[in-house]
Amino acid sequence: MRISYREAMRTALHDALASDPRVFLMGEDVGKYGGSYAVSKGFLAEFGPERIRDTPLSELAFVGAGVGAALGGLRPIVEVMTVNFSLLALDQIVNAAALYRHMSAGQFHVPLVIRMATGAGRQLAAQHSHSLENWYAHVPGLTVVAPATIDDARGMLAAALADPDPVIVFEHALLYNSEGELSDAWRACDLTSAQILRQGRDVTLIAWGGTVAKSLEAAAALAAEGIDAEVVDLRVLRPLDDATYIASVRRTRRAVVVDEGWRSGSLAAEVMARIMEQALYDLDAPVARVCSEEVPIPYAKHLEDAALPQPAKVVAAVRRLLGKG
Amino acid sequence: MFEFRLPSLGAEMDEGTLLEWKVKPGDVVHKGDVVAVVDTSKSAIDVEIWTEGTIHELVLEPNRKVPVGTVMARLLEPGESVEHAEAEMRALPAGAVSAGAHAAVASVGDAPAAAAPAAAPRAGTAAAAAPSRQRVSPAARLRAQALGLELTGVTGTGPEGAVTLDDVEKAAAAMRPADRAAAAAAVATTPAAAVAPAVAGRALAMRSAIAAAMARSKRDIPHYYLAADIPLVHLQRWLAARNADRPLTGRVLMAVPLLKAVALALRRFPELNGHHVGDAFVPAESIHVGVAISLRQGGLIAPAIHDVDALPIDELMRRLADLVARARALTLRSSEMTDATITVTNLGEQGVELVQGIIYPPQVALVGFGRVTERPWIEDGKVSVAPVVTASLAADHRASDGHRGALFLNELARLLQQPGQLDAGAT
Repeated sequence: MRISYREAMRTALHDALASDPRVFLMGEDVGKYGGSYAVSKGFLAEFGPERIRDTPLSELAFVGAGVGAALGGLRPIVEVMTVNFSLLALDQIVNAAALYRHMSAGQFHVPLVIRMATGAGRQLAAQHSHSLENWYAHVPGLTVVAPATIDDARGMLAAALADPDPVIVFEHALLYNSEGELSDAWRACDLTSAQILRQGRDVTLIAWGGTVAKSLEAAAALAAEGIDAEVVDLRVLRPLDDATYIASVRRTRRAVVVDEGWRSGSLAAEVMARIMEQALYDLDAPVARVCSEEVPIPYAKHLEDAALPQPAKVVAAVRRLLGKG
Repeated sequence: MFEFRLPSLGAEMDEGTLLEWKVKPGDVVHKGDVVAVVDTSKSAIDVEIWTEGTIHELVLEPNRKVPVGTVMARLLEPGESVEHAEAEMRALPAGAVSAGAHAAVASVGDAPAAAAPAAAPRAGTAAAAAPSRQRVSPAARLRAQALGLELTGVTGTGPEGAVTLDDVEKAAAAMRPADRAAAAAAVATTPAAAVAPAVAGRALAMRSAIAAAMARSKRDIPHYYLAADIPLVHLQRWLAARNADRPLTGRVLMAVPLLKAVALALRRFPELNGHHVGDAFVPAESIHVGVAISLRQGGLIAPAIHDVDALPIDELMRRLADLVARARALTLRSSEMTDATITVTNLGEQGVELVQGIIYPPQVALVGFGRVTERPWIEDGKVSVAPVVTASLAADHRASDGHRGALFLNELARLLQQPGQLDAGAT
């Protein structure tokens, strides 16, 4: 069945609300407006204001309320409009949700799911366009996922709700309109493994969220040049599934990490470091990365395009690794 | 000024790799002097110069592979001034002289070693383009090591000219089968990574192997050191007579009777011949003498010649020549690497008089020879000039005492002064 990412996510939310009375959705514009990205359109009428709750513009308060509800036995799904705004709620996420299990010696779990849009590409300017997944992937106590495929959009939410501890779900804003085949694999979604989306011999492209499609596009362009690229979708940003991408790099002996975050202190840097730690002697070239330029993401279309990782940049990085740059 | 170019050292040779300069700027060279060591596809060869002059500039840096006819050095003709040569060079078309040549000469003019020019910073475009260290990917380096492949001369196709796995596989496939087998054998049979293949890797591996063995020796072995001067009047005369009517290839070098005398003397001093294993000394039944051989690319190995005490002099000469050649070609057998019961080191060629050696564990003794020099020698109340060598013994005090060590040196001196006893299995 061919559906959009938005429909997959919406179906997943609908399933969750319909199947478990403890689940409720809370966030800015999720009710009357139907969600900033129209994921919860019609939910208010179907499930009522108790379970589809519009909140004031106060991320710290409503994320904190979600933490409290989770501690009280509910299964809240809190939607934060973009990762930029989530910084207002960092205290509740990092100092509360992520810590209670540890600080209570396992007596209290926080079964909270926080969904947030991330990434650029829609000319929403700097305050709505950044990719800060690495900020959360840094924090013990959190599970951080980035569904990039239709199957994951459909299946990851249920897995996140089943997790007794807080899970952050990053949905790249450009993905909502993307379409693809929904396979049965969504039923087996886990929050632990990376996935090889395309097999190849010459280089491993490691991507997640918004850069997965760009990496697949780059791989297709490389194939036309006779370069066989493998594409790994990390899926889970914390904890990283080292085994999958390391095994891939051992086979291909070259890696390019494609990360929409800024280069300095990026998640790409972490992945590269792990490759050095675990696969140095299998490498046939330095590990490379394609990240966003280190500027606030610009508004102007041509500047925004230039600031972001693009398939052509990935292709160029691969050519350099193969001595063809 | 004249240019010294890479000569063809054989019909098949069309390129070579400079391994080492034997001269430095300012050195005066004469016809027949060895000025450089060049690796051809077959072996390392000492390259002689056939013109007299003074080295003005070493143009070619070691470890560069170049075609035959490439300018290696520039020399001043006898009587020519530096100014004249430089004026001549300036007159050459642009590009014919490497940029920065003058600066390089000036900065290394008083440098002590021939290796200095390679280390001196050079502003030349060639130096800027070629990294000082060959770029090799980790996977390629590992694979080359497993294959026993020499990476010098392998052209890299990876990023920034790095040698990749694919380059290594192709170079290995291009190796002649015999070379491949030899390289693989060297990797498989030589202990302590002593002959790991890549030049840089090999030098490093050998350095760390030497470091480990010598540190262990100084840590565990209570050494005592003895030395004695031995006149070699009779031995030199005996050798000269022996070599007189022989072709160059049949002549016996001084190192051979020295080795033989050590082996014969050891027959009476078993406490110096064997291994210290666990807490006890285990004397060896045979006398296998390890010969310290310095390698051209740096480092040291001490493979053994078996049953030296029972070998006739000519046979011992043959074995020694063979051993040195194979050591430098890295085709030693594992038994040679592990069987030595004592080591002999001869640093006489380097001009030193006294060697105070470090025992190669688990052996218990090392005999050193310095240079044979003409010295005043007093015998029977008369002063004469005699060729004299200083023989030294470093021995493990756990296995022997200084008294016995001294008697060993006496026996060695006696044998070296009665060269007739050295041949065959004389007792």
